[in-house]
Amino acid sequence: MNAPQDFALQCPVPLRDYPQVLLAHGGGGRLSHQLIESLFLPAFKNPALDARHDGAVVEIGGLRLAFSTDSYVVRPLFFPGGDIGSLAVHGTVNDLAMCGARPLYLSVAAILEEGVPMETLRRVVASMQHAAARAGVQLVTGDTKVVDRGKGDGIYLNTAGIGILEHGRRIAPASVQPGDTILLNGDLGRHGMAIMAVREGLSFESAIESDSAPLAALVMALLEADIDVHCLRDLTRGGLASALIEIAEAVRRDMLIEEAAIPVREDVRAACEILGFDPLYVANEGRLAVFVPEAQAERALAIMRRAPGGEGSCRIGQVLDSRDGLLKLRSRIGALRIVDMLSGEQLPRIC
Amino acid sequence: MCLAVPGKIVSVAENDTGARMGKVDFGGIAKEVSLDFVPEAGVGDYVIVHVGFALSKVDPEEARQVFEYLKQMGELSELHESSPPPASS
Amino acid sequence: MRFIDEYRDAAAVQQFARALTALVTRPWTIMEVCGGQTHAIIKFGVDELLPREVTLVHGPGCPVCVTPVEIIDQAIAIASLPHVIFCSFGDMLRVPGTQKDLFSVKAAGGDVRMVYSPLDAVNLARAHPERQVVFFAVGFETTAPANAMAVARARRLGLKNFSVLVSHVLVPPAMEAILSSPSNRVQGFLAAGHVCAVMGYHEYPPLAAKYRVPIVVTGFEPLDIMQGIFMCVKQLEEGRHEVENQYARSVRYEGNRPAQQLMQEVFEVVPRQWRGIGEIPRSGLGLRAEYQEFDAARRFGVTYLAAAESPECISGLVLQGVRKPSECPAFGTRCTPEHPLGATMVSSEGACAAYYRYRRPARPAAPSPSP
Repeated sequence: MNAPQDFALQCPVPLRDYPQVLLAHGGGGRLSHQLIESLFLPAFKNPALDARHDGAVVEIGGLRLAFSTDSYVVRPLFFPGGDIGSLAVHGTVNDLAMCGARPLYLSVAAILEEGVPMETLRRVVASMQHAAARAGVQLVTGDTKVVDRGKGDGIYLNTAGIGILEHGRRIAPASVQPGDTILLNGDLGRHGMAIMAVREGLSFESAIESDSAPLAALVMALLEADIDVHCLRDLTRGGLASALIEIAEAVRRDMLIEEAAIPVREDVRAACEILGFDPLYVANEGRLAVFVPEAQAERALAIMRRAPGGEGSCRIGQVLDSRDGLLKLRSRIGALRIVDMLSGEQLPRIC
Repeated sequence: MCLAVPGKIVSVAENDTGARMGKVDFGGIAKEVSLDFVPEAGVGDYVIVHVGFALSKVDPEEARQVFEYLKQMGELSELHESSPPPASS
Repeated sequence: MRFIDEYRDAAAVQQFARALTALVTRPWTIMEVCGGQTHAIIKFGVDELLPREVTLVHGPGCPVCVTPVEIIDQAIAIASLPHVIFCSFGDMLRVPGTQKDLFSVKAAGGDVRMVYSPLDAVNLARAHPERQVVFFAVGFETTAPANAMAVARARRLGLKNFSVLVSHVLVPPAMEAILSSPSNRVQGFLAAGHVCAVMGYHEYPPLAAKYRVPIVVTGFEPLDIMQGIFMCVKQLEEGRHEVENQYARSVRYEGNRPAQQLMQEVFEVVPRQWRGIGEIPRSGLGLRAEYQEFDAARRFGVTYLAAAESPECISGLVLQGVRKPSECPAFGTRCTPEHPLGATMVSSEGACAAYYRYRRPARPAAPSPSP
């Protein structure tokens, strides 16, 4: 018997001892990363996917389009400051905006659990409609499936979207340069802590509302002012830390951020303290990091501050020359440390 | 071990199991906390809370001591006028 | 937040660091016993501000790290039962037993829940009389009163569907085990502030005298830790070995009497296995005979399994402060937080995990110009 045929199939790296999918594989940390790197990327390999951005940029008939999708399994369905419907619209709108695209059209697929009150569904749909109008996009196609009672958490949503790039810039991790300034559009951790406040077993009384918001207008304002935006990244699961580490690793550049410059509201910080969380890893739904050349940082900041959702914009750090691909942080007391990606979701550190 | 955080008691009440519970404010968020172990603590006091239990009352007088100490050290080093180089680099 | 923010003031912490640099004349090795302090030291970079002469080694004060593997296996066996709701503090869910962890039990369909307080588990038992609710009662002296209260309250409420899987450990016997070891290199201790908030510190003067080591009861914020180290080094430089209290705003000499009373009513001192270290006499708490009906291990008849640790893992030496995590040949290669060989890599408070997260691949170089 001679050599077997050369299958195009690549042997994926084994999933590190876990024969089953764990919640942590969806937590936005190291395990999510591994799942994508070892299972999905080798299977679907192509240039658009390899850019590893929040969405893909593809060229069709001379037009550059951004294309992205995301699923929403949030519990509870309604939380302070938002609900699964508005989240599903904002999420995909933001992924498109992070490619530098003007979001245009969205699809929505709903997986409903038998027995969900019609009134609940009506509220979610109304919220999606409202969010779409606010973000300037249209929901143009969709699908509905119903699963047996007990097989879902009421409502799961998936949205996909397309947007158009109206400029020639390449906004992606690969465009990040040493000396780039890192800007942030506001305080961290509100979404994650708003959800935590109403989670069974860990709940607390708070006035924290999710920061869930569309970011397209802010991004468009930067691009229309011809700011030389190098990279954009919205900070979702895994928080600021995971977003920056992914970029640092992708371009093998170190970054340095200043803990004292990163705004976190007092109540969000307090919630983090009692659970033993680090706000750097807590989820956001209306925050983004912007990479721009230092020479344009002040002008970019001024534009961001005037844009919706950008009132609290600030500079938090910069890209360094060194090439270890590490995120470094100067702590509140002035010491340097490395910030690493978490394995899965943060767990309450009770003891 | 033993993550415990200071918070301020804003109200005290007995629950249906006869436990002495208090609402404790931690910088803008609040939790129901057992006050069974701190009978001396009341509304307005700060307590250290661990896994839903207040374990001790914070003494504001003692809390100031470290800053007093620093102040004295500062005055001392001014006297010597030879402030050593910073340890951080 | 009051009583937190002021103790993270950069100028104050650095002032102490300068005073420490001026004070120290010789190399000293100091152990912080508590995992919470280890976490704060690494997270804020307190050790980066210390003079070269002062070496911090990290102690065994992380309940997640020292809970023996056979008890994790018991927890997994109980949590796998169909009528059980198994409740635990967050980080325990990721600790590997012999075969798997509690997260894997959850993935396979077990009802495993994270709670903030043991009282949440009692409330679950009241709300689900048809289910058996089990709480994983781990921790040091700080957590013992809360767990004792959960058991006492369950008894008062006549709950027949609540039980606890107990693996409580005590700090002073572990400190003595470290000090009496022939390979000990610890010359001074930062004692764990929140343990002392419950127990007071009257147990420490005999230890300080017998082994001639200074012991400073220390808080958890960067300024607390820096002052604790300063006080400890001052004693060492002056040839003293006393017990001092840096954390006087929360710790009294006699501790919390009501909490101690309830602990003594529900628990008794027992010998306890420490993961990575072995058995230490009189170093744990178990349920007293009067409370045996709340013992989950008995109720569900889970038997002890003799479990073997990875032979490569040096977590025992790390927990005793004999070795640093980075001195382990498996560190960061065959042993990572996603694939831990030992418990010190599992818990976010564990010394190995803390090193992996904040100290890889080496200490960060001097900063480039700040933005």
